[in-house]
Amino acid sequence: MKVGVVVFPGSNCDRDMYHVLTDVFNLDAQYYWHEKTLPKNIDAVILPGGFSYGDRLRAGIIAAHSPIIKDIQKLAEKGIPILGVCNGFQILVEAGLLPGVLLKNESLNFMCEWTNLIVENNKTPFTNQFKLHEKIPIPIANGEGRYYVDDDTLKQLKKKNQIVFRYNKVVNGSSHRIAGVCNQEGNVVGMMPHPERAVESEINPVDNKPSSLIFESLLIKMGVNN
Amino acid sequence: MTTFNVHVTIENKPGISDPEGDTILNDLVLKGTHKTVSKIKTAKMLKFTIKEKDKKIAQSKVQEICAELRIYNPMVSIVTIDVFDA
Repeated sequence: MKVGVVVFPGSNCDRDMYHVLTDVFNLDAQYYWHEKTLPKNIDAVILPGGFSYGDRLRAGIIAAHSPIIKDIQKLAEKGIPILGVCNGFQILVEAGLLPGVLLKNESLNFMCEWTNLIVENNKTPFTNQFKLHEKIPIPIANGEGRYYVDDDTLKQLKKKNQIVFRYNKVVNGSSHRIAGVCNQEGNVVGMMPHPERAVESEINPVDNKPSSLIFESLLIKMGVNN
Repeated sequence: MTTFNVHVTIENKPGISDPEGDTILNDLVLKGTHKTVSKIKTAKMLKFTIKEKDKKIAQSKVQEICAELRIYNPMVSIVTIDVFDA
């Protein structure tokens, strides 16, 4: 199974993501520079966190115009699993692959802390190993992580089961405490917290197993036995 | 062709919270003696310098650029475009 880790100028969680995919989950991962193309037979794509283009203009907006985004759009239409984490989520939103927008945190602070997520949709390629409403201790690290949608869009997200993760309490002022969403088909998922920083017990002071299920879900989806 | 300065002001739509503007109002301006101020909104301004035939074309060109490249996010932001002689 081949997983692409897309690297933009200013990505800084790409190595952590690559490490987790290869060293923890024994996947065949490869970096793809944002000006390159993605192979048509790739099995999954991950857009890691960071500060693409220094968050200039708006987090994710400049990277959303990168050449590789066209390939990601095509793969998304084919149903290939795509995960955007933090800045990757911001890029997917700005590219129109996911609904909503990410605004500055209500506190205007860069927030770096442990949060608890609640799984609201366990049908996606990244959540199929969770029980519904299972709790995930996981860190956030962002300045523009306040997910916003208008009331009509929020109704649609609920109706179409596109809310994947919610914080268990108010963290940053996100609409409906949303921390992650998916597209209508469910194969494109974006989340603000960082699972790649939570899957190893050495760096997870609470419980590393729930975050691991995000990657194990992908393995199950692809039929890989590690 | 004439050179124009085009100012693009991007601000939150009404109803989208603007914590920076609120903080400037409540914790700076209203804590002083300026009690007549009722609202402060922050905005981002981009200043374009552009060569076009006339002001109208300069404005529509910048509007087109803003929409095409999503310079502002229409879900949460409104944009005002003002054209000046350079």
